[in-house]
Amino acid sequence: MLLGRTANGLYWMNRYIERAENMARLVDAGLRMALTRTQDASEEWHSVVISAGSDVAFTQKYSEFTATNVADFLLRDTSNPSSVMSSIETARHNARMVRTALTRETWESTNEAWMALKRMLARPIDQRDLPSVLDAVKRETALIRGSLFGTQLRNEIFDFAQLGTYLERADNTARILDVKYYVLLPSISWVGSTLDNYQWESILRSVSAHRSYRWVYEAEYKPTNIADYLIVNARMPRSLTFCYRFILEHLNFLCGDYGTRHASHATAERIHAMLKVGSIKDVFDAGLHEFLGNFITENTRLGDQIAEDYRFY
Amino acid sequence: MAAFDEMLPETTGLRRPYSAYDRWLKEQDPGRLTQKMEDAERVFRKTGITFAVYGEQEASERLIPFDIVPRIISGQEWRRLALGIEQRVQALNAFLDDIYHRQEILRAGRVPKQLIAANEAFLPEMIGVRPPAGVYTHIIGVDIVRISENEFYVLEDNARTPSGVSYMLENRETMMQLFPELFQQIKVRPVENYPALLRQSLAAVKPKGVEGTPTIAVLTPGIYNSAYYEHAFLADQMGVQLVEGQDLRVVDGHVAMRTTEGYKQIDVLYRRVDDAFLDPLTFRPDSALGVPGIMDVYRAGNITIANAPGTGISDDKAIYSYMPEIVEFYTGRKPILGNIPTWRCSEPDSLKYVQEHLSELVIKEVHGSGGYGMLVGPTATKKECEEFAKKLAAKPANYIAQPTLALSTCPIMTEKGLAPRHVDLRPYVLVSDRIQLVPGGLTRVALKEGSLVVNSSQGGGTKDTWVLDD
Repeated sequence: MLLGRTANGLYWMNRYIERAENMARLVDAGLRMALTRTQDASEEWHSVVISAGSDVAFTQKYSEFTATNVADFLLRDTSNPSSVMSSIETARHNARMVRTALTRETWESTNEAWMALKRMLARPIDQRDLPSVLDAVKRETALIRGSLFGTQLRNEIFDFAQLGTYLERADNTARILDVKYYVLLPSISWVGSTLDNYQWESILRSVSAHRSYRWVYEAEYKPTNIADYLIVNARMPRSLTFCYRFILEHLNFLCGDYGTRHASHATAERIHAMLKVGSIKDVFDAGLHEFLGNFITENTRLGDQIAEDYRFY
Repeated sequence: MAAFDEMLPETTGLRRPYSAYDRWLKEQDPGRLTQKMEDAERVFRKTGITFAVYGEQEASERLIPFDIVPRIISGQEWRRLALGIEQRVQALNAFLDDIYHRQEILRAGRVPKQLIAANEAFLPEMIGVRPPAGVYTHIIGVDIVRISENEFYVLEDNARTPSGVSYMLENRETMMQLFPELFQQIKVRPVENYPALLRQSLAAVKPKGVEGTPTIAVLTPGIYNSAYYEHAFLADQMGVQLVEGQDLRVVDGHVAMRTTEGYKQIDVLYRRVDDAFLDPLTFRPDSALGVPGIMDVYRAGNITIANAPGTGISDDKAIYSYMPEIVEFYTGRKPILGNIPTWRCSEPDSLKYVQEHLSELVIKEVHGSGGYGMLVGPTATKKECEEFAKKLAAKPANYIAQPTLALSTCPIMTEKGLAPRHVDLRPYVLVSDRIQLVPGGLTRVALKEGSLVVNSSQGGGTKDTWVLDD
């Protein structure tokens, strides 16, 4: 038996841990671009901010998209609710609230991540330290995930935690793709050209998939393959299909445990079916942007429905 | 005023309960001990054993300093203390039952009527209500001070929602992690079964009509409460739900919690929310921490609330001064544990004495707690005394005064080695169909040299408390 408020806390704790990790990865990809390209760095940073969903808030505060501004806003700024620091604060806040549902290891790794990052992000980051700070964020969040997987009982507690993780991750992957969709669209210019190679790599890098891509597809980046990888591939841990495979699995566990099937099951199944496209070409033909926009809306709707079905509030 | 040191009194030398520890200590490398002090702090921080200090934005989560030198009590000393505490706790419950029913102690003139009727801690809503199993105060922390080899006094009865028991347990846990070899050499009576005893004790006072194992929950005001860590800790250790007011509502005459599968009935509520916030329909209407209508469920006998509403009337500082009479009235025997002599400033003669001896006394607010709003005469400045005198003159009935006792000291580990500091002791008592104590309790220690204020909100620390199995 689980309190609705506790389910809510577990869900958001894990959404925010996932968000912190993704934010670090996004900044990492931006940094990489800024380092390898001499021009257009500000455009790249702008694109990073849009992918983070923080465009409006950022421009209210800054006029220039520089590495310093963007890193500060996305990593440290507590007025930005999705910054790494805010996310870790919120994650820990929720973890404290649901502490009785966590193993000692899971709680301590969350608490220690918070302590370490609070210390590390207390002052503006020196550009020279940025890579090590980003590594630390990824390491701390990996430790939390490791404790969760290694020690938590696979019951409703774990199900709600995982639902949070995969809903956040799916949202994130879809947004990154959506921001860059134009890069993937077929056009005359990329026939036989490597012009956009670095852009394509940046997309893969934002989801830590630039190496594994080569294990699955041919060495050369192809927009259709990249989209296939991030949308359809069921084994790529950050793809939309992968996320929905697990969202469905955990909803089914809950259904089995409680003996009740809710509206959210049907929604999740519908979204999963939407991802089962015959070929990625169909998605391109119908419009990648429209497809992703629709996905993001449906994903958000599922989150709301889960909150309602399981009495989060 | 020389204080009695529990390890090494000036006149008689090393006391027996400390002899084995002292032998061990002398073999230790001082550098290693310093290292252990740092280890201890890391353990506490990592585990998140923190408390919030009201009104301090920056340090919103602080550690209570932990000292690595244990406070050691012999088995014999403990047996005497335990008898005294049991007697007192029995009297407290009998007093509460009487006060909310026939009020015989008032009729007998042993406690003034006025003291009850005009007291905010007295809840008229509880008149005639008999809690499940007849128990009012289920969990009590009795603060005890020592001033010599054989003199122990009760400083305060905490009969509402005493806190600190998680520190007793975590302190022991930490000591066993830091010094496993010590526990091999010295037989210390265990305290770790406290959560199991608490659970059994709460289950034993379930409402009539609840078949089988009752559903227990701990009610917390939430994560911003100073003792939130403890609430979560106890719920976790007992394996019960930790609920907030927002999780609860009254459904079909029972209190129920909102779960992922709908509302589920709760039978026993260990509440860590004050009376005033418990039920906005009965008490403070602006409370969002409680459960609207819970008092109706309680009066109908469908839920056990631990501790019962209205128990504050028994640990009020004005009532405290009558405890010797109360113990004798209900148990028929002289109290085993004495009270500290107390002047009630509501009485003109006492007030006069207190006003003339301000600089020698400790003066406390009748309803205060946590070391706030008190004056420690001997260490207060002239200005502080003058200001306090004004407050006292304006509302004498608000205050009691006690002599400044030379609280016993125990050594703490400092950078320069062992140094004596004043301590008190809070053992925890559980009441159901029986009275149970875990051997030990929380030792609070004033870390500042010469200071007598041990409260954690005022810079006090804690120690592991050992009761020897001898």
